[in-house]
Amino acid sequence: MPDLSPDAWIAIALSFKVAAVATLCGVPVSTVLALILARGRFPGKALFDGLIHLPLVLPPVVTGYALLLLLGRKGLIGAFLDQHFGIVFAFRWTGAVVAAVVMSLPIIVRAIRLSIEAVDTRLEQASGALGAGPFATFFLVTLPLSLPGILVGATLGFAKALGEFGATITFVSNIPGETRTIASAIYTASQSPEGDGEALLLSVIAACIGLTALVASEIIARWFRRASS
Amino acid sequence: MIDVEIHQRLGDFQLDVDFSGDGGVTALFGPSGSGKSSVIKFIAGLTRLRSGRIVVDDAVMADGQGRHVPPYRRRIGVVFQEARLFPHMSVGRNLRYGRLFTPRGQRHIAEGPVIDTLGIGHLLDRHPATLSGGEQQRVSLGRALLASPRLLLMDEPLASLDAPRRLEILPLIEALRDEFAIPIVYVSHAVEEVVRLASKVVVLEAGKVARVGSPTDVFRVAADRFEIMSVIEGRLGPPNAPFHLTPVETPAGIVWLNGLVRPLGREVRVLVHATDVALATHRPDGVTIRTVLAGTVAEVPEGSGSSVTIDVELDGGSHLAASVTRAAVAELDLKPGRQVFALVKSVALDERPL
Repeated sequence: MPDLSPDAWIAIALSFKVAAVATLCGVPVSTVLALILARGRFPGKALFDGLIHLPLVLPPVVTGYALLLLLGRKGLIGAFLDQHFGIVFAFRWTGAVVAAVVMSLPIIVRAIRLSIEAVDTRLEQASGALGAGPFATFFLVTLPLSLPGILVGATLGFAKALGEFGATITFVSNIPGETRTIASAIYTASQSPEGDGEALLLSVIAACIGLTALVASEIIARWFRRASS
Repeated sequence: MIDVEIHQRLGDFQLDVDFSGDGGVTALFGPSGSGKSSVIKFIAGLTRLRSGRIVVDDAVMADGQGRHVPPYRRRIGVVFQEARLFPHMSVGRNLRYGRLFTPRGQRHIAEGPVIDTLGIGHLLDRHPATLSGGEQQRVSLGRALLASPRLLLMDEPLASLDAPRRLEILPLIEALRDEFAIPIVYVSHAVEEVVRLASKVVVLEAGKVARVGSPTDVFRVAADRFEIMSVIEGRLGPPNAPFHLTPVETPAGIVWLNGLVRPLGREVRVLVHATDVALATHRPDGVTIRTVLAGTVAEVPEGSGSSVTIDVELDGGSHLAASVTRAAVAELDLKPGRQVFALVKSVALDERPL
């Protein structure tokens, strides 16, 4: 079995960087969205819910293309960000982060939402009667009690971000050292005649990382279940 | 001081309630479905008032016309039927929770005395899940109190506990009432709790106020669905330990309680069902009944059934209802002004909640 090439090591490191940043950005956003979905009552909630979950059912290439149209250099939002703030996502590793966030959002939101819905609203009521306003109640009661769901969501989201391929390659392409993640590297290797060994090795690594995340999230969930009973 | 006026439709139920309460315990009493808990929700601010007025200590909480102080700004504590302790915090942190949100100048209730009174000092590092039901409710009482509320609402706080636990908590609520001088609105359908705690009883029936008054007045009057009962007030005397009896000294005589009740000298109220009272025209001799109270017949209602309820004014002025047969009334010639002795079966007396 061949050793990994330096490029492959760079791809692995980049993948971890992208997934870590995507999780750090995605979890707070997901928590707010999950709270709105779990506790909010407003017209169009089903549609809002559908929009968040859309990346789960769309072909990833469509999501990536949509990101390109919106956030590309000439895109609706992308052009504005570029001109006024000099922020560019297209063909940058930060763009890969955006793609990873959008793709992992449904999974994280779902896990956190279930957790928030499991919090007894009577405890929030009791908190209010003790003088805590909505924000204090959220941070002192709802959020800590939702922590298992947030950790599980973060773990699954991290794994999903690591494995993201379709949206990423469509939005930010496959530039070595900048946007070539594990998935893109496997794809590249599999396309070249002498890359079979490297593709296989990277695939095994990707599978190991994914499995580790799944087991970790299960252990976290079980640990909290035991701690709370 | 609290003034409550509510006129509101809740589903197919019309709530029309108007009452006020002062320093002590105001009990909202009535069968389930009479609207007691709905009233509590309006006072706490959990339900929005559309018509009426809720005023606590001169501060208008809701006026039905747009003014609605949110629950967390009312400084009204609530003790629910379930303890509702925060499961992720220790008992100590649960107790200190309300303090975080109480302005410094208004924290007039100190932690030490509350913890001592409730006897929860040894629980501070424990987690709520490891406490018994009674312990949880004690912590819940302390938590509500330590937010230094201007009013404390208790919504059937003993209803989810078994009888021994109720016995354990009821005296604590009495102690809190006496020591910390916070006005309390207490919801219950248990006569015994209301009689022990309340200085004023508001009887609710089908969303309306049926009667208002002291426990003695309210429960002497027969209502459709409640038994006739009398409340006798007295002072605990030295217990008779070998026979497990405790005397309650009243101007009309001694009422014997089952069991050893302390402390000596405490003012207590004893609840007597009219059906547990017999009347005699002479002080009886050779009967097993220990409690004999002297008084005069105040009223003998006209009746056509087999029994009537006679109102006896006991020496000292309190009243006792006695349910007796009309045949006995005729034979003993019971009429207003007649000197009688009321016989109460000791075993029927108990100051504990049922």
